[in-house]
Amino acid sequence: MGILDSIPHVHAVPSHRPWPRVVVAEAGWRAAVDELAAGRLTLLGLWGEPAVVHMALLDEAVAEIAVVTYECAAGSFPSVARHHPPALRLERTIHDLFGLTSTSADDVRPWLDHYVWDKSFPLGSRDAPREAVLYRFLPAEGEALHQVAVGPVHAGIIEPGHFRFTANGEHVVRLEQWLGYTHKGVESLLQGANLEAAAKLANRTSGDSAVAYAFAFARAAEAALDIEAPPHATHLRALMAELERLANHFGDIGAICNDASFALMHAQTGILRERCLRAADAAFGHRLMMDVIVPGGVVRDIAPDGIAALRTLLAEIDKVFPRLIELYDNTASLQDRTVTTGIVKTEYARQFGAGGYVGRASGRNFDARRMLAYAPYDRLSFEVPVLEAGDVNARVWIRIREVEQSVALIAQILDLMAPGEIMSALPAGHGECEGLAVTEAFRGDVLVWLRLDRELRVQRCHLRDASWFQWPLLETAIEGNIIADFPLCNKSFNCSYSGADL
Amino acid sequence: MRKTLLESLTHGSLTEPAPAPDETALAELASKVDRAAQARLGRSLAIRQVDAGSCNGCELEIHALSNAFYDIERFGLRFVASPRHADVLLVTGPVTKNMRQALERTYNATPDPKWVVAVGGCAADGGIFKGSYACVGGVSEVVPVDLHIKGCPPSPLDLLKGLLALLEHVGGKE
Repeated sequence: MGILDSIPHVHAVPSHRPWPRVVVAEAGWRAAVDELAAGRLTLLGLWGEPAVVHMALLDEAVAEIAVVTYECAAGSFPSVARHHPPALRLERTIHDLFGLTSTSADDVRPWLDHYVWDKSFPLGSRDAPREAVLYRFLPAEGEALHQVAVGPVHAGIIEPGHFRFTANGEHVVRLEQWLGYTHKGVESLLQGANLEAAAKLANRTSGDSAVAYAFAFARAAEAALDIEAPPHATHLRALMAELERLANHFGDIGAICNDASFALMHAQTGILRERCLRAADAAFGHRLMMDVIVPGGVVRDIAPDGIAALRTLLAEIDKVFPRLIELYDNTASLQDRTVTTGIVKTEYARQFGAGGYVGRASGRNFDARRMLAYAPYDRLSFEVPVLEAGDVNARVWIRIREVEQSVALIAQILDLMAPGEIMSALPAGHGECEGLAVTEAFRGDVLVWLRLDRELRVQRCHLRDASWFQWPLLETAIEGNIIADFPLCNKSFNCSYSGADL
Repeated sequence: MRKTLLESLTHGSLTEPAPAPDETALAELASKVDRAAQARLGRSLAIRQVDAGSCNGCELEIHALSNAFYDIERFGLRFVASPRHADVLLVTGPVTKNMRQALERTYNATPDPKWVVAVGGCAADGGIFKGSYACVGGVSEVVPVDLHIKGCPPSPLDLLKGLLALLEHVGGKE
């Protein structure tokens, strides 16, 4: 109980698994914020309910998680963001959705609410209409500065969001993001949904991470119900998770090179990505493997010819990919664009708890598969690549190394896998219970927290994408770079809009 | 690099034969698309994709249309960067309220004649996001839709069949 030693709390919530949740008073909340600000703990999530706010904390030194809960008696809570900036957008979101205000916050602009919903504070109990005020971007002053407004509709086949650049000539002085365009109200739709419907929504939080979300949702529900998926089901889950990682990393490596006008790599990795999706379709019946992982296990076993399809895929990757790595490594004109471009400082990666390749390219040695070692990764051997440079090039190399690791993991699982049960029975009824899970998606850690009622319906569920803590770092990475390098930097992050807008 | 390029030249093409246009798509188009507009564009269409709040699953499969297996450009279909250059708007998502105005503006910025193709279950009627306070629910609630391509997400082959039906129809070759 290392984390909670330094946080005075009122009482622990007994039905929260597998990590503890405690209710704190103001002193406890402030102690937790101090731990975050001092860098001793990492913020994993901050979310609301109509009258309380929850904060998930990670102690990286001992790989422990705890959730602290503050009861907002007066409809407000002490601001986390004032002392720990990574909480800022999450705090603004809590206000938009629940109407809870953070006291002494510096930035009280809305985040998801663009004043076009039918009601204000849609998930909260507050029934006051919200006054629409003009969204003001942060100022940047100086001679010869000009602004460039981009989006929400972008030039490529990508998700919508608004970017406001302030530039001096070609150099970016400040980038400010304004997102929320894809806000679908996922968390309100989850409330009252049965596990099947809720799992479907979790799959579609961010389509590129459908497996990772389904995996995290299923694990959170299983933790709440205190059951475990059968070993064979966990193997199948990991096969899908690694296939998803491969497909996305191939897509990203090609797309980053394409944004540096190196189309050959894009064409080659596009072929590998398509082969991954076809193998996924052959093995699991859906190209993006949606709706296969559910609480309790998986809905269907791997297809009879699925194993052969996966082995063929691995052989093809082994044949082609080393040559593509060489191609990347030996093309000076390409490296000229990626090396020293868009640097994320290591202290920011640590402070923001940046997950995935964004964190690992900037020295943050965190991978949920390793640090939180969930099944079946606790029994598999793999390496977590970490680099220090923090530039576009480093984020490409992390992906390259992770492709190699995923290929090895799939081969390992195929060797280990033995036929067996694929579903653990869910209890027909259960007392109210809560669960939390973190899985490693291709872009970083996904956190799911939920509370189930007695009929196993979702009472409240929060899904936190890795992008929440990566988007703000993109603003820092582009500073001093030229606007023309923004697509390259942006693609090297490949943050999710849908996953963060919810 | 030379090795990769040479192998691409000597190893034959990965591109697969064209699928037949989707019959139901042809039927939907026959009842909707203005015949007078058909002759103008011949067999070439510029497509502008608009994500109106999708989960990004549809975008992944739309992207796949450009890979070597589907090679959408061989049919005269290509993706363009601005609605001003577009003949077709390919719209995904349940149309979030936050994207409604942007979608309307994109539609208004597209010159006539134009077609709107709604891609995916969400774009048809809101899909699993139907009924949310934050979604309009269905592209046709906001702009007129000429063709629906369903699926969650539709596979690249489904997308290709639908778009080929549009091309056939626009080219007046029913």
